[in-house]
Amino acid sequence: LNWLLLAANPFTPVDQEYLFEARQMQALSFAVHIPIVCFGIAFPAFVLLLEGMWMRTGDPLYRTIAKRWSKVMLALFAVGVVTGTILSFELGLLWPNFMATFGEVFGLGFTLEAFSFFVEAIFIAIYVYGWDRLSPRAHFLSGIPVVIAGFTGSLMVITVNAWMNNPTGFTLEGGRVSDVRPLEALFGNDYLWHELVHMYVAGFIVAGFLTAAVYAFAWLRGRRDRYRRVALVVPLTVAALAAPVQIVVGDWAARSVAREQPTKLAAFEGLYETEEGAPVHLGGWYDGDEVRYGIPLPRLLSLLSFHDPSARVEGLEEVPATERPPVNVVRVAFQTMVGIGFFLAGISAVYLFVWLKRKRLPRSSWFYRAIVAAGPLSVVALIAGWVTTEVGRQPWVVYDHMRTEEAVTGASGIPIGYATLVIVYACLLAAIVWILLRLARAPVEIQSGPSGVAPLAAGAVPPDAEEQR
Amino acid sequence: VTLAELPLVLMLVGLTAYAVLGGADFGAAFWQLGARGEQGGALRQHAYRAMGPVWEANHVWLIFVLVICWTAYPEVFASIFSTLTVPLFIAAIGIILRGTAYAIHAGTAREIERRAVDRIFSISSVLTPFALGTVVGAIAFGRVPVGNAQGDLLSSWLNASSFAIGFLAVATGAYVAAVYLAGDGARAGREDLASAFRTRALGAGVITGAIALVALLVVHSDGGRVGERLLEWPAIAAVASSAAAGLFTIEVARRSRFEAARYGASAAVAFVIVGWALAQRPELLPGLTVDEAAAGRAVLLATVVGVAIGALVLIPSLVLLFGLVLRGRFDEEAGDTDGLASHSQRPTRMSLLTLAVGAGAVGLMLTLIFDGGAILGLGIVGLFAFVGLASIAIVSDATSSSEE
Repeated sequence: LNWLLLAANPFTPVDQEYLFEARQMQALSFAVHIPIVCFGIAFPAFVLLLEGMWMRTGDPLYRTIAKRWSKVMLALFAVGVVTGTILSFELGLLWPNFMATFGEVFGLGFTLEAFSFFVEAIFIAIYVYGWDRLSPRAHFLSGIPVVIAGFTGSLMVITVNAWMNNPTGFTLEGGRVSDVRPLEALFGNDYLWHELVHMYVAGFIVAGFLTAAVYAFAWLRGRRDRYRRVALVVPLTVAALAAPVQIVVGDWAARSVAREQPTKLAAFEGLYETEEGAPVHLGGWYDGDEVRYGIPLPRLLSLLSFHDPSARVEGLEEVPATERPPVNVVRVAFQTMVGIGFFLAGISAVYLFVWLKRKRLPRSSWFYRAIVAAGPLSVVALIAGWVTTEVGRQPWVVYDHMRTEEAVTGASGIPIGYATLVIVYACLLAAIVWILLRLARAPVEIQSGPSGVAPLAAGAVPPDAEEQR
Repeated sequence: VTLAELPLVLMLVGLTAYAVLGGADFGAAFWQLGARGEQGGALRQHAYRAMGPVWEANHVWLIFVLVICWTAYPEVFASIFSTLTVPLFIAAIGIILRGTAYAIHAGTAREIERRAVDRIFSISSVLTPFALGTVVGAIAFGRVPVGNAQGDLLSSWLNASSFAIGFLAVATGAYVAAVYLAGDGARAGREDLASAFRTRALGAGVITGAIALVALLVVHSDGGRVGERLLEWPAIAAVASSAAAGLFTIEVARRSRFEAARYGASAAVAFVIVGWALAQRPELLPGLTVDEAAAGRAVLLATVVGVAIGALVLIPSLVLLFGLVLRGRFDEEAGDTDGLASHSQRPTRMSLLTLAVGAGAVGLMLTLIFDGGAILGLGIVGLFAFVGLASIAIVSDATSSSEE
């Protein structure tokens, strides 16, 4: 059988003129899909929290919000289904050599993900179509598989990304893999857990701050009824608790990167020379040797990476120039993510402090303006985080085993596909914004259940609202 | 069936499910295309309602087929996607437009919006199965060589045989959908809808049969291996069974026995796929047999076991969903559920918050000190518990009606 393995490999690297466009096309598809995934992770939990509170207190307001949000959840899930499908198509359309060579190593992760996806699709339908048609308990229970599938789905997809960053579980000979150990490749990987937790927590932060931003905006416009207060407090509380936790998780992630992908870590900082007691520079620009115009914080990189202020940190010089990622892209993305992360944790601290001290929401308009900004900023941090890890892995698609240019398709026409996708996704985003505005404008009717209907004037401002300023 | 062939069997099962269930969703949108006037509005709403709870689950079958393909036969997946880039990209765009149109149709208020969204939905629902059909045709008729984009980007699928399969895919979806929608209409007590879709089912059944016959002739004259072997034993048995199932469906639909027609139509589609598989066996792509294409033993085993475990979760879930849909539980505007009695709020908030802070503190310590392993995992669980418990404590206090 050996002669067969060594026979000419039909998946040898090709010369692709539009490699950069292919990468941009893939990146665009991720950037559209990942924020929607955050809603798949967190929104079912928000909705169930509200429904659980309705079951506990009997207050119909909770049920009303839960029911309205579940419609948003279904619409976003539908969009997530199709944007996720595009990603799986693109794996083959753009990176056939990667798939042909390594598909069998990580494929199991996606196979299991398909089942997670099935469960999510089935129970989200039962949940959303089951309002008023299932008993309250059965209805609540039907939402739980959706929350679990949000976690297992992330787990399975991240097993694959973690494997690309830290590939194990196979032997590579003459461009072909053998002795594949799929379970080891996917689950025996040190890299999996911090990536998974970092992304899962990010899901709650992004969905939480984006949703809170909508209602903080309404607060600023003077719409401060109880409906909007509850709708603000639920996502904001979860996000405000998750944001500080994310800093701890990020510290763990950085230590793992330092251990497994020293070159990526060096790119975070722009560290050329291997150093003991390496610093961090805030801002500035990497010019090929060092960071210029940044504010140096001595020994911080060693401290953060190894929890030891004089630890040795490997610089970019350790690998040939052709094996280094584009440092400034990675570095700016990393600092953007971390900077926004601390901003989010800061406003979270304000919110939690005011609540613990005074048992009320903050009253300053600046707090609500900050929440309005936090929504989009959290998405920026999310994308910046993925740029950090994905561009930081370059020039490799499979770290240390296959370069991105070896993976690309030999087909022509990538620019046409890229341009088409840009237009289609622009329309998609416009459509999402449109449907969310439509759903938000539907008049609020507080329903205690199918029987009793108690209308509430949604736009009405409680008489004391203006005095609160 | 060998271990190397087992994932292929799973793919064919998935493909059949997608052709029958997903195909019916495409077909439902096809019937919206020509629906005009007041009755047209009712037809359109009926089609949307019938696919409402199930279309996402139906769509996942496509993902299922793709992931099994790239796990078990990675070179086949890579060859198909790099050569048939154009029709697959068209299908991908169709899928985006279709999903988006579906997601936003509920928000349409004015007639002009509704018509625009319906039109995008219908056109993309015809384009997508057609493009996927041409892909199947190109694979079946040996136009995808092994390798990275080794086949012709255009002539591989722009040919009579591929188009015949594309038309067949669209017609089959329309036919299956009409049968299903007639059944749904009868179940909902809407005799007008049942009869409208019965007429469509009969017409589409005859037309689909005719397209299938023409496709068989086109494919046969194409001169390829599959075309010839479709009319030889054992594939011919499947082709004949498909024809018989098709005739059976038309006959029972004529008598308005839609449940029987539902299964007959599904069987007709399934037998076409079985026939294709039998005719093409044992080669997946020209010169590449299933055995040669298959991944290593450990991977095949893991895939099959993974699917078996997944099926333990999936099958009861699907039974539950389709049970609820087919029994009409999602039809009525409101059912009879008991409202909830108001409970007094239990005074556990502060202790919940204390517990949360405790879990958070332990989690923080463990996560910062350890670099990996089970103890760090415990720390993460502690941090999750902190977020979850504290959320419940703060939210239930900060939103209670007595506050402010």
